[in-house]
Amino acid sequence: MLRDLVVSVRMLLVMTLLTGVAYPLVVWAAGNALFPERARGSVVVVDGTVRGSRLVGQAFDGERWFWGRPSATSPACNAAASGGSNLGPTNPALAAIVRARIERLEAAPHPSRAIPVDLVTASGSGLDPHVSPAAARYQVERVAAARGLALDRVRALVEAHVEPPTLGLLGEARVNVLELNLALDALR
Amino acid sequence: MTPQGWLAIGAYFVALLLLAKPLGEHVARVWSGEQTKLDRVLGPLERAIYRASGLRERADMDWKRYAKAFVLFHLVGTLFLYALQRLQGALPVGFGQADAIGPHSAFNTAISFVTNTNWQGYAGEAVMSPVTQMLGLGVQNSVSAASGMAVLAALARGFARRSASGLGNFWTDLVRSTVYVLLPSSIVLALVLVSQGVVQTFETRATVQLLDPIEVVASAPIDAQELVLGPVASQVAIKQLGTNGGGYYNANSAHPLENPTPASNVLECLSILLLPAALCFTFGAMVRDRRQGVALLVTMLVLFVPCVAAVYAAESGAPPALHAPGVDVAAGADRPGGNMEGKEVRHGIAASALWAASTTAASNGSVNAMHDSFTPLGGLVTLVLMQLGEVVFGGVGSGLYGMILFAIVAVFLAGLMVGRTPEYLGKKIGIFEMQMASLAILAPCAIVLVGTAVAVATPAGRASIANPGAHGFSEVLYAFSSAGNNNGSAFAGLNAGTAFFDVALGLAMFGARFLVALPVLAIAGSLAAKKTVPPGAGTLPTHGPLFVFLLASVVVLVGALTFVPALALGPIVEHVQMGR
Repeated sequence: MLRDLVVSVRMLLVMTLLTGVAYPLVVWAAGNALFPERARGSVVVVDGTVRGSRLVGQAFDGERWFWGRPSATSPACNAAASGGSNLGPTNPALAAIVRARIERLEAAPHPSRAIPVDLVTASGSGLDPHVSPAAARYQVERVAAARGLALDRVRALVEAHVEPPTLGLLGEARVNVLELNLALDALR
Repeated sequence: MTPQGWLAIGAYFVALLLLAKPLGEHVARVWSGEQTKLDRVLGPLERAIYRASGLRERADMDWKRYAKAFVLFHLVGTLFLYALQRLQGALPVGFGQADAIGPHSAFNTAISFVTNTNWQGYAGEAVMSPVTQMLGLGVQNSVSAASGMAVLAALARGFARRSASGLGNFWTDLVRSTVYVLLPSSIVLALVLVSQGVVQTFETRATVQLLDPIEVVASAPIDAQELVLGPVASQVAIKQLGTNGGGYYNANSAHPLENPTPASNVLECLSILLLPAALCFTFGAMVRDRRQGVALLVTMLVLFVPCVAAVYAAESGAPPALHAPGVDVAAGADRPGGNMEGKEVRHGIAASALWAASTTAASNGSVNAMHDSFTPLGGLVTLVLMQLGEVVFGGVGSGLYGMILFAIVAVFLAGLMVGRTPEYLGKKIGIFEMQMASLAILAPCAIVLVGTAVAVATPAGRASIANPGAHGFSEVLYAFSSAGNNNGSAFAGLNAGTAFFDVALGLAMFGARFLVALPVLAIAGSLAAKKTVPPGAGTLPTHGPLFVFLLASVVVLVGALTFVPALALGPIVEHVQMGR
């Protein structure tokens, strides 16, 4: 019994060194050598300031910006406390918050078609960096009006930021909201 | 539902089967002590581990000795992980300090990771220091999976050996499974994940200057976003491959730094089922009849594929709350449509549904979408997959040994029908095997039902429920189904970070691990001692479609008889209410 216990303790310590220290270090060394920018969070630096991670959604709320997915974190898009709303499908609170989002979108200049569902539902992480192309197109009128830009210029910018599904098969077509907004700010 | 979605799901299965076979054969060589291509590189490492851990004799163990090593290793791991969490604030490490974890939360998390469950009653990025994630959680991700594999190896030897007492050596099975299987595959997967944007760094924070500061009532606007970074990729790779599922971040693989692209998603999702599927081939090779392993795999697929289709169909429809006037819920080339609450745009409905089914079929428990916001029928399928006992793929090792328990019950039933002594893989199945199999199959069922009943009957249990009505009951049922079958996923609205749930679910996870693994080892010991009987005219062939059908039926019947009443109170009622 005692001998087995000693082996258990020593085995755990050895495994801790192997799988808890050596393994993450190997991945760290190789990962940072091969993909230095991605291993550190894919941050976007503009004029020497970190303006975001291209993978992590930000809470755009002003009329002048393309909005991302609604976020259930507090405050919105809190990258230090990720999570979804966890509202069940029959929870009246879900219906109420969706109604409020619809009203907000329809209060601003908008096209006559219906709102894509991803624009009124909270993402799983609260940090979804993307919206669907349909959701980005839905916002073109509002953004163009707020910035005094020609509709066509904004529309073209959206189309330039549409990413197709990977290999035409995996995942969904999408638009990275931070990249789109950075490009929007660069339009003069 | 879109053709592209179905095609992606189909491609997933093709890739899974193509990868599982060679990996399974490789594992069989590893367990048999044969040379593999990795020996030249990793052989010295294996021998160094034996030297450093003082493991001089590596003789075969009988089942009691094997079980003792298994239990001791779990207990030592639990104590170590508990201590690490309680002391994480006082550790003299320079980066990413965090306060000590409270006692009941640390109790729950220690058991959770040691038992390969990875139920998380805490929010990863908020409370766990990178040191705890690496030295504690990350280590158990590997060794809890390797322990499950070891038990399966022992059971396979029990079938393959005749008139023997030894089942192999727990320590060599543990070490070889880690060194030759889990570690190399994790390194490869982790690096591919880094290439997609999963972070791997020891800088633990980065501050972002927001383009559009967030207005806050009665205080200055928030103009910064704090990114939590860390050694994430290494953690994510093993949590997917080892059917652990414990995320670095609270949002798990819905978090874009844990699962940033459709490519990372499909690889992580493949990793969920890869080893559980591969081990079917391993088992076939170990018992020297590959058809037997294939039959078990086919049974799993027969049960699994309809579940994937059901979740995909259910989630493609939007619940009435989203199907409001002015909202477009139809899927198209430029929009995912469907029930997008709690889902990410880059994954959409198909990949979220496939993941949800995979992670609950295997006892992985990671999520790339929030199950609490699934439609009632989508949530129902994930519940059922766990309640079937985590045998449809199931945990690494534990899933297949669970399915073999059902195979023992299936041949017993067939034997009753024709009045013959049942046999499986050349071994007569006696009273002892049936007693142990029944215990191991029924114990998790009892844990789930009793635990749920106690929780909904006590104020302490009910206080944690987040959603009103039937869905609130589903949250509790999901929690005990998950813990009581070592899955680890959650209807995460439930506030599980209370003393009641931390303790109750902790005990459930311990029960689910040992009350299955120990009877399995007892069966292995009993079978190893028996002679092999040659198949006769009255032997039920266990590799054909008839047996696949019988086995699948037994799994479904046991699950249905046990859980339909409970399911009727939760997701079924909710579905009916939603239709009104």
